[in-house]
Amino acid sequence: MTTVAAPPATRPAGKGSPAAGGPTISVRGLWKVFGPAEQRLTRRAGSAAPSADQIEAAVRDHGGTVAVGDVSFDVRPGEVFVVMGLSGSGKSTLVRCLTRLIEPTFGEIDLDGENIRKASQERLRELRRRRFSMVFQNFGLLPHRRVLENIAFGLELRGESKATRLTRADEMLGLVGLDGMAERYPDELSGGQQQRVGLARALAGDPEVMLLDEPFSALDPLIRRDMQNEVIRLHHDLRKTMVFITHDLAEALKLGDHVMIMRAGKIVQIGRPEELVARPADEYVEDFVRDIPKSHVLTLRWVMRPANANDPVDGPVFPVDTIIRMVIHAAAATDKPIRVIEDGQLVGVVDRAHILETVAGQGNDAEVGPPT
Amino acid sequence: MTDIAATVQPRFALSLGRVGQLLALGVLFLIAFVVLQGNGTLPHKDDSQVFLTLNGVRDWVDANRSTNPVFVYVLGPIRAAIDGLDGIVTSLLSQASWIGLLAVAGALALAFVSWRTALLVIGSLLAIGLLGLWTETLQTLVLIANSVALSLLIGIPLGILAGRNDRFLAFITPILDFMQIMPTFAYLAPLTLIFLIGPASAVIATLIYAMPPAIRITSLGIRGVPVQTVEAAESLGATDGQVLRKVQLPIARRTIGLAVNQTIMMALSIIVIAALINAPGLGESIIVAIEKLKFGAAVTAGIAIVLLAMVLDRITASASGAGLPAVIAIGPLRVPRRTLRIIALAIAVVGLLGGALASAGSSFPAAWHVSIAKPLDDAVRWVELTFAGLTDALKNGVSAGLLDPIQTVLTTSPWWLVIAAAAGIAAIVNSTRAAVVVAVALVLIVLLQVWEHAMQTLTMVIVSVVLTMAIGIVLGVWAARNRVVSAVLRPINDAAQTLPSFVYLLPALALFGPTRFTAILAAVIYSVPAVVRLVEDGVRGVSPTVIEAATAAGASRLQMIRKVQLPMARRSLLVATNQGVVLVLAMVVLGGLVGAQALGFDVVSGFSQRNFFGRGVAAAIGIVLLGVMLDRITQGTGQRRSVRGVVGRLGVGLNSNRASREA
Amino acid sequence: MGLNRRTLSPTAAMLATFAIILSACGGGATPAPSISTPGASGGEASASAVAAASLAPCGTVNIAVNPWVGYEADAAVVGYLLQQKLGCTVVKKNIDEQTSWQGFPTGEVDVILENWGHEDLAAKYITADKVAQDLGSNGNEGVIGWYVPKFFVDANPDILTAKTDPTILNKYAAQFKTSESGDKGQILDGDPSFVTNDQGMINGFGLNYKVVYSGSEAASNKAIQAAVDAQKPILVYYYTPNWFSSKVDLVHIEFPAWTPGCDKVATNIKCDYPPYHLNKVVSTKFATSGSPAFTFIQKFKWTNDDQNAVAADITSNGMSDDDAAKKWVDANPSVWQAWMP
Repeated sequence: MTTVAAPPATRPAGKGSPAAGGPTISVRGLWKVFGPAEQRLTRRAGSAAPSADQIEAAVRDHGGTVAVGDVSFDVRPGEVFVVMGLSGSGKSTLVRCLTRLIEPTFGEIDLDGENIRKASQERLRELRRRRFSMVFQNFGLLPHRRVLENIAFGLELRGESKATRLTRADEMLGLVGLDGMAERYPDELSGGQQQRVGLARALAGDPEVMLLDEPFSALDPLIRRDMQNEVIRLHHDLRKTMVFITHDLAEALKLGDHVMIMRAGKIVQIGRPEELVARPADEYVEDFVRDIPKSHVLTLRWVMRPANANDPVDGPVFPVDTIIRMVIHAAAATDKPIRVIEDGQLVGVVDRAHILETVAGQGNDAEVGPPT
Repeated sequence: MTDIAATVQPRFALSLGRVGQLLALGVLFLIAFVVLQGNGTLPHKDDSQVFLTLNGVRDWVDANRSTNPVFVYVLGPIRAAIDGLDGIVTSLLSQASWIGLLAVAGALALAFVSWRTALLVIGSLLAIGLLGLWTETLQTLVLIANSVALSLLIGIPLGILAGRNDRFLAFITPILDFMQIMPTFAYLAPLTLIFLIGPASAVIATLIYAMPPAIRITSLGIRGVPVQTVEAAESLGATDGQVLRKVQLPIARRTIGLAVNQTIMMALSIIVIAALINAPGLGESIIVAIEKLKFGAAVTAGIAIVLLAMVLDRITASASGAGLPAVIAIGPLRVPRRTLRIIALAIAVVGLLGGALASAGSSFPAAWHVSIAKPLDDAVRWVELTFAGLTDALKNGVSAGLLDPIQTVLTTSPWWLVIAAAAGIAAIVNSTRAAVVVAVALVLIVLLQVWEHAMQTLTMVIVSVVLTMAIGIVLGVWAARNRVVSAVLRPINDAAQTLPSFVYLLPALALFGPTRFTAILAAVIYSVPAVVRLVEDGVRGVSPTVIEAATAAGASRLQMIRKVQLPMARRSLLVATNQGVVLVLAMVVLGGLVGAQALGFDVVSGFSQRNFFGRGVAAAIGIVLLGVMLDRITQGTGQRRSVRGVVGRLGVGLNSNRASREA
Repeated sequence: MGLNRRTLSPTAAMLATFAIILSACGGGATPAPSISTPGASGGEASASAVAAASLAPCGTVNIAVNPWVGYEADAAVVGYLLQQKLGCTVVKKNIDEQTSWQGFPTGEVDVILENWGHEDLAAKYITADKVAQDLGSNGNEGVIGWYVPKFFVDANPDILTAKTDPTILNKYAAQFKTSESGDKGQILDGDPSFVTNDQGMINGFGLNYKVVYSGSEAASNKAIQAAVDAQKPILVYYYTPNWFSSKVDLVHIEFPAWTPGCDKVATNIKCDYPPYHLNKVVSTKFATSGSPAFTFIQKFKWTNDDQNAVAADITSNGMSDDDAAKKWVDANPSVWQAWMP
């Protein structure tokens, strides 16, 4: 099998999202050290970050743990950026560092070019009130308030009038499908419903960025699937930039435009879902993706070969970003290779046999072509 | 059986090792005692330097009270403010007639708890009136109201701070521990020195004891708010103040309600002791009854305190419970909550106006008084006459057989030998750290020059604890294994633990006269209920699976108790011992009021004799040190943290008589 | 939550409550006597006050009540008359004798009706601070000393030689031994707040005795009664005026007589107690208030027998303070009318 050409490096991020100037969130060299070592380091270093070796040495000597170690990434406007890792990988710490709910030890965080690390407490609060919002694994609802008041809580904090915030909360209630639940208390709702309230609360302030910290981990699998679809729907409708934390790879692949895999505070790999599946960076990631059916993740781009003159021109036509699974039907109905187009141009073809091999799970790493 | 033996054996073996060490220590001590007896003793001297120095402090305060700026600008105004508050509340209460107060109390219960509670509250208050203690109860109520108001005013903000700030919590926890382990008895004299007699001293004494639970429980409530909820609010941009006002306080509201309730209960348990520094009210009635040996009158006042406690508990408990439903069922009636509250308000207003119009007066009509004192007095008199020979024999037997030998050993051994032995015990049953604390406490007792009296008090404590534990374990195990016994003991324990401790002095005094044995008996009666309850709960807590397995293996009843239930309830037994010791000490020192000598008497005489002020203060500190020492020795390895977690959090300290229920 | 509220067993409490109410209803026809706690009449004016029109309003009088029945008798009669005849509001406060003085500057206490000595307190509060005034004798003459039952003196008459040689008591130490005194003889003192030189005398005379406190006057009386009933030896700290001396026959064991200054060193005293001329002390605030109660108390004066009679009614005859006072007042109009302003 031959490999295919790499997709263009400037490919716009996000499932159908428009290209934008800079990243919405840009993280550079972020460190979070817990324990006695942190104070030592910050006292000694001031704001300039010491080298990774120095930090590791300080942790060894004075005690502590590196929760987040030298993490850099960009989140593009409108995309869903998933951070995936097992417990203890530092992903939850990382997301809290973004709005400084946990104060990072070193590193830079920019939101639309604004340096968040340098923001005053007041400015930070303003950012949290208007530009960020967060959804939590355990919902974090106020048990003494009704659903509507919970949704309106963020608006109340930033001083909206009662009428405004209740009207807005009522809209959100419909948006997340909780009509008729306004007067309930959180403990009268199911877990899924509670998290819908959490989502509605996060959306009520019309933030630019939503941070979701394992929002569905506490839910049972069926509800979780519903909620994932809900997020996909909301994202599709509202185009919010999202940073989504999860320990569930399937969830990460399903939701993410980009997925960052973390292990012990460090980035293992960042890439689009199909990149991870198609070309795991190391054994750790490989272990993760082993059981993922590739045909459910990979697009035609990953299995196409360059067209040559001999290829029939009347085979079925699909866009380059089509998931392989979606073309099985068409492939089965014809013996001609599938023609892959991008921006109306033919960019390659996929042989029927190749598709079936991928679906059968026989394709190995050599068979799928990684973009370079 | 083998399975069970296998699970129990290792721990048992461990404690056998300790028992061996303790026995060895005991033998060594006795040998040293025989060789060294009479050397290095510290006989008591009434004119020791420490006492004279403390008297000097007293004289200095007396001489400078009206000129020293601290007194003139700080302590004086505090005193004046509290006295003023006392005056205001007193006049408010005396404006309302007794009918008005009944109506208000009933209306509160009706509006916020239930109509049953309202009936109970009105019934209890009527009973207090009929017992002829209305005025005294109002006086006590005024003190309670003021101490609780101040406790909460200071305690809740501090509790909030402790709930939100780990450093402050770490800073304040040992202070709270100390405030509660210190017998109220111990700080009365210094308080009267600073604030003189009067409402201020009584209120502050109560506050010292009742405020710690307010702080602790509030802090607990704030800390009980889920981290995620606080984080969620912060992620939405809440300021600190918003987090507190909109998240932490509302969620902790019920727990803070519990803090209010507990503070009231604690205040009530201490207000009686404040009568020693002339706080008026029911405590005074009890003290006077003790002075006059009127058992019936003391019990009557005790019952009034129990009734008052119940009224306050029931009304304030709703603050920590669930709110009322919107529609309330009264028998077949369905009444909306709103309507009920309006009715309650109407009752209160009608009661107040009606009482005023009928000029019912602030005191309950004397013509309606009922005396229950006579049958009680008669009963005591009968017991006294019937058992006179027996009680004498018992008293003399215990005195000659237990008290005197132990006292002789403790007072005629070299002081350093006693300290070494005590530290040794602490090291064996607890830890080296505990041993150091024990040694330091005892050395301080030496330096205070109250050694001999401290050893006498210690003797009474040791004998009382042995008796308490023996009785408590037997009754506790029995109650745990037998539902009927448990059902009989529970209400008795409830009542016994709510009666003011002073009341127990009188029957003991009637039977045994002014002796050490009286103090011991009172201490045993006072502490057994708590021990019974802890032991019962501990034995009941043994996993049914283990019991079943042992039964299946053919364990006999005795085997079950000895080899399964008691060893597995070991932790509860340790907690029970610790509580027992703490309660016993509190009561033994009160025995100073009825002829038991030693530190307790020194403190009592320090209140009333100027020349003995210094001795009293030194003795009070000595009691605190003894308490610390005994507490450390009986903590048991590694048990304490968790126990403190449960018991300490609720602020159950030396004088609490309700310790057992939380554990 | 691991927090259990402390509550009482509701059923038990309800039962107790209603039992009390029921018994009250049952006894409603014939009002039962009240359980009166002296000094607890907290700020109530007497409704039946007959104020003399010519006098200034009396106001409130705070009377300290020290813990012995003789004093309670003083307070009963004075309080009764102030309320009934002068329309005063009388507040009785159960306070120890030395502590009572502390109440003068703060207004807690207006009057001490029966002061036993306390030169040091007088020097501070009367002479130096001028917050109190000595109103002179209340007519009672006080004696404090060591007493034994008469039967004991009859059997051992040489014990009376203690007047010249106190060490004679050592001969009897074994007979006065109790479970509380170890291998020494016991001298049973009373309330811890009472004036006592006993430890100093034991030191001074070289006696093989230990001071044991009964805790109160009543407890001492009880111990005496029990000893007398059983014809057992007992040595007690005792005093007159005392109503109880009419019930048991006690003999004063006198020591070398008191001379000024012989009891100066409290821990080493070689003489008996001084005679006490019991006096009244009032706060300056009260003295200058213009209240007719002040004049009344200034004139108040009665005999040991008067006091003993009222005290006996309060204790052994089981009367309330007011009832006992009324009985005495009705029987002795000439005595108290002389006290009226």
